[in-house]
Amino acid sequence: MTAIDKSPTVVEDRRGNRIDKTQTYVRYEPIPAQRLKGVASHMDLTSSTALDMEQLFPVRHVLNPDGSLAGAEPSFLTPEQLKEVYRHMVYLRAFDQRCLNLQRQGRMGTFAPFSGQEACQVGSAYLLRKGQDWVFPTYRDHGAMQVLGVPSVNILRYYMGDEMGSHAPQGVNAFPISIPIATQLVHAVGAAWAAKIKGEDTVTVGYAGDGGTSPGDFHEAMNFAAVYNTGSILFIQNNKYAISTPNAKQFKTRTLAQRALAYDIPGVRVDGQDILAVLTVMHEAIERARSGGGPTLVEALTFRYGPHTTSDDPKRYRTEEEVSEWQAKDPIERMRKYLVAKGLWSDADDEALWGWARDQVAAAVSEAEAMPKPSVDDLFNYLYEEPTPELIRQREYLKSYLAKKGEGKAHG
Amino acid sequence: MAKMTLIQAINDALKVAMRKDPNVLIMGEDVGLNGGVFRATDGIYQEFGAARAIDTPLAESGFVGAAVGMAVYGLRPVVEIQFDGFLAPAHEHVVNHIARIRHRSRGRFTCPMVLRLPSFGGIKALEHHSESIEAWYVNNPGLKIVVPSNPYDAKGLLLAAIEDNDPVMYFEPKRLYRAFRAEVPEEYYTVPIGKAAIARPGKDMTILTYGPHVHTALDAAERASAEHGWEAEVVDLRSVNPLDLETVIGSVKKTGRVVVLTEAPKTGGFHSELIALINDHALEYLEAPVARVTGFDVPMPYLLSEDLYLPDSGRVLEAMTAVRTY
Repeated sequence: MTAIDKSPTVVEDRRGNRIDKTQTYVRYEPIPAQRLKGVASHMDLTSSTALDMEQLFPVRHVLNPDGSLAGAEPSFLTPEQLKEVYRHMVYLRAFDQRCLNLQRQGRMGTFAPFSGQEACQVGSAYLLRKGQDWVFPTYRDHGAMQVLGVPSVNILRYYMGDEMGSHAPQGVNAFPISIPIATQLVHAVGAAWAAKIKGEDTVTVGYAGDGGTSPGDFHEAMNFAAVYNTGSILFIQNNKYAISTPNAKQFKTRTLAQRALAYDIPGVRVDGQDILAVLTVMHEAIERARSGGGPTLVEALTFRYGPHTTSDDPKRYRTEEEVSEWQAKDPIERMRKYLVAKGLWSDADDEALWGWARDQVAAAVSEAEAMPKPSVDDLFNYLYEEPTPELIRQREYLKSYLAKKGEGKAHG
Repeated sequence: MAKMTLIQAINDALKVAMRKDPNVLIMGEDVGLNGGVFRATDGIYQEFGAARAIDTPLAESGFVGAAVGMAVYGLRPVVEIQFDGFLAPAHEHVVNHIARIRHRSRGRFTCPMVLRLPSFGGIKALEHHSESIEAWYVNNPGLKIVVPSNPYDAKGLLLAAIEDNDPVMYFEPKRLYRAFRAEVPEEYYTVPIGKAAIARPGKDMTILTYGPHVHTALDAAERASAEHGWEAEVVDLRSVNPLDLETVIGSVKKTGRVVVLTEAPKTGGFHSELIALINDHALEYLEAPVARVTGFDVPMPYLLSEDLYLPDSGRVLEAMTAVRTY
């Protein structure tokens, strides 16, 4: 497949030292046409710039920003399901905005909002089988977790500072939010690998952002998934900024999806503001994973309207114009226009939905705020199946100390 | 009963566990066809196949992280880290995920896995191949840490680690792999995690140690008995976390004189924690300050200087003399 060219070149520097500048070039034979899926087979691949990666990994669209069709409608969704994914997106927007307010009011800790990324959140999780498939989320994927079945009150409790929020209900396979970057991608690969060993067709989705494609774990996950052909989907939400660091300072490649080529797995770019496009590529990736076809790398092009977390000010690193440009491509508005044009949705429906969503969120907030603080037992009793003698000593000491201070009752 | 070396006992434990529970598998670098660089997994690939004797790509973060996903999903991976020093790339998974999954999910998810860590010096290996890293993980709640000192415990502790519902770091004293043989039952049995053993009873002083230096301590105790008539009690901790505090403090109260012995660097080692615990629980029983025999605060030396660094029975005997003649 490869040939090696050596062109001996020895030069002298200003001091007369001879320097061997011989370079070795690896010249690749053209990639077979079927591997390039439509790209001309005569393409010269001797340099990385010869391949137009944006052409090789085109962005998949179904809806234009005005809700009109740009591609084939997904045939696997019923009209009721089309409305359901829209309801999910509206609910998540209402939830996210409420959380931002709660944080501003001091009723919640540092919070990572996803507004703008609802199509990615809903589209990546909606087609998974509850009780069978798994998600391994980041701190910005609490929308996908809710779509899979994690109650809103869990997410609220988590960001209010209670680890019990990470206790997903039985039957909902949502791994706790991973704060360490990209680590959850290898967990997702491992879980799919375990399913394969057990002869089960479980699909796992590992989430990361654009910054999450830089650590080694991203690449290790890709390689392990490829080598052991695991039914795992690496779902990358490229929202253009890793806190303040833009794509241009994060990676040189024209796309993230093209990295799949190096690991010999399918890679796809998708319009992350287009719920039907995200659902379409996830449908394909899930089918591939479920049928033993192995992993897929998905790069969803998206944008967060808000800060990285409530601790940063995005005005320091991006312009208002850029935010406005993305808001004009809003995933919720786009889907609403599509549903209206299809005769599936009305303004009255929309008003009722937003009202319902806000009521639901308010109820979840009330429930979360009414819950007691974590108990001293919670602090010590989950390290091991049974607490060690030393942990019991420390737990009882803290209880007696709090009792002496008269503060024992503050913690449920 | 068969006589086995420590490495044979490990190999036997893995096979016994894999026959008993189809969810147990081994994974790591070169553990399959090659049977591991120390041959700990010899024959497992042949008996159980490639799906349960997994040769992974050379990336510790990747395969330890993948093992997290496997364990959470319901398997029981036994992961071989080829050498102690190679755990570093996977450190993030150990401390940020493995140790915390049960706790941060409030019991919803567990991570029953074993990290097998060929550890410590004494075999004149390359740099980064002879490390004592147990204290890093003692200071990181959520992990169990065991260190066998003989073939019987090696098998029983490994089986206990595999059936434990929490993650266990299993530190293997590689210098003892083939040092001697001992009787090991061929059937399934466990040595409970969290229980120390009295390797040698004695009344005059206590030596607290684990792993390879149980034997250094026993040598020193015999010399002390022969040369001075002092009878030292050697406590083989076997389990560093959870620690068998009752046995440790019981021995300290009995003898009143204590030497702690490890080959980790002196500052911040688990030996320091032992002294702190004696301070907490038995200070008034002490007849002398606790002496510690450890490595030095230098990186584990390469082979020509290894003997300068490692504690030997002479250094232990000096410490015993100090606590006895205080």
